Amino acid sequence: MRKPTTRVLQYVTVSIVSVIVLGPLYIAVFGGFKESGELVNNPFSLPRVWILDNYRYIIGLGSFWQQLLNSTIVMVGTIFLATFSASLASFVFARMRFKGRDTIFNVFMIGLMFPIMVAILPLYILMRQLGLLNSLFGLILVEAAFQLSGMILIMRGFFRSIPRELEDATYIDGGGPFTFFWRVLLPLSRPALAANAALAMVFSWNLLFLPLLALNDEVFYTLPLGTMQFFGQYTAYWSRLMAFIVLAALPAVIFYLLAERHIVSGLTGGALKG
Amino acid sequence: MEGDIPHYLAGLEVGRGRRDRVNRPLVIALFLLPAAALFFTFVIFPIIQAAYLSLFRWNGLGPLDNFVGFDNFVYMFKHKPFRQALLHNLIIAALSIGVQLPIALGLALLIRGKLPGRILFRAIFFVPYIISESITAVIWSFIFNPRFAASDVINSVLDFVLPFFEPGAWLGDPKKVLIALFVVLSWKFFGLHMILYIAGLQDIPSEIEEAASIDGANDLQTLWFVTIPMLSRTIFTTIYLSVLGSIQQFDLVWLMTEGGPVNASEVLTTYMYRHGFVSFRLGYGSSVAVVLFLICLVFSLVYQKIFMQQQYAGLAD
Repeated sequence: MRKPTTRVLQYVTVSIVSVIVLGPLYIAVFGGFKESGELVNNPFSLPRVWILDNYRYIIGLGSFWQQLLNSTIVMVGTIFLATFSASLASFVFARMRFKGRDTIFNVFMIGLMFPIMVAILPLYILMRQLGLLNSLFGLILVEAAFQLSGMILIMRGFFRSIPRELEDATYIDGGGPFTFFWRVLLPLSRPALAANAALAMVFSWNLLFLPLLALNDEVFYTLPLGTMQFFGQYTAYWSRLMAFIVLAALPAVIFYLLAERHIVSGLTGGALKG
Repeated sequence: MEGDIPHYLAGLEVGRGRRDRVNRPLVIALFLLPAAALFFTFVIFPIIQAAYLSLFRWNGLGPLDNFVGFDNFVYMFKHKPFRQALLHNLIIAALSIGVQLPIALGLALLIRGKLPGRILFRAIFFVPYIISESITAVIWSFIFNPRFAASDVINSVLDFVLPFFEPGAWLGDPKKVLIALFVVLSWKFFGLHMILYIAGLQDIPSEIEEAASIDGANDLQTLWFVTIPMLSRTIFTTIYLSVLGSIQQFDLVWLMTEGGPVNASEVLTTYMYRHGFVSFRLGYGSSVAVVLFLICLVFSLVYQKIFMQQQYAGLAD
């Protein structure tokens, strides 16, 4: 294993994969600094002349900022609502004994067995009945609901690992269940909360299918929907399109660089620890 | 007699009293309420309603008066595009399991251990997972566009590497479009599986692999007889995620090909969108949704029963 040739082969392989992974992103980032003609003919070269017009155009675009704002509102709302309701429920599942607890918990786990995409059309019908179409609040409700199963699974496991003595101590000090939940359990569960929030962020930020059906009015468009619309409008203007998607991807990438640890622990914890 | 109780026990008494005064059923109900309300309204109820609506022919606007029984389901299974879509989902799932997962596992094995720079490579490989499907679709539509230079480069490289390769359009060729979409899906998702494998590999005690090599096993034997069996839990999980992931794929397919050319890349979700939503047949669309739901549910239950029992044993306790 330690032979130098093995090492070299290892590096050659991971380098080739890195090029394949980063190549498309490279085309997009530098494509935004090129003329469309140059982008189309020389996608892999650095820009001959660095043009700022494309990025400047997108930054000056009101709809881009509106979509960024909408995506942020939906994402923050989803995280808040899902974390709030999932942690309350997880507390009950982890720390209280009552008849039917496991049945209720297993019903919640049905959500893990089918992805939201499968239920999009029924969700559209329901949202229309409830008057939740063309509403960011409606999106938040649905997205939060579909985050619950995974979150409860992760948080129940985490809550269980908190020692019983801490709960007894809270009661001895005169606190009730809510005090224990709010003052002790949640602050101790920051790693699980962060992992959950990170996963919900990625989910909400990238979701296209639900907003596609639920939002007609462009005022409410989220970034993925805006990207789709821009893609349809600017098929002949590739460098501008690239500038748009690079700026649209930027928040997610920055967030990833800041929260990589939480995303990874959320994914591995949630998927592996039943 | 109160004076006889030591002060630290007095506190305990107060605590006990508080605890007994709490109305437990009420607390349980209140704590469960927000999650239960959300979950039953937006996850469970839509499926139940879809099961009901699937028995009607309904354009979504008029009254629900055209009861057709199971006609929608009969039509669906006779409808060739639906069967094609189902087949395409199966092909994508099979390719993911047979090609994407082994690549992800290979890379996880490569960058585990003490390879300098492994953290950087791990971070790079995971970036596509963070980037949205819509953005991914735009970039790869550009790359695959036959009139642009990028696809020429790919074609010449492949022509050079593969002897029987025929250069040409990707997304426009019914024979190649699924492969092209699979390439994009792999680009986006292999990092996720790799991360899961890396986490799984970390849980394997190094002594076991060392013991195998001391006993005379070579690297390949150790990998095949020790590492992979010990990783089986993770492997079953990634297979599960791959299958569910391929069933739910919509964004990339719709943005890059809209299911075309001539249904060659139609998948179940794009089929549901086209034949249920776009064409105002919400009754029929509901029946497609019910079938998709049942496929997922049956697959999940059977698969977990067979392969993931240990892992989800904690679920019911």
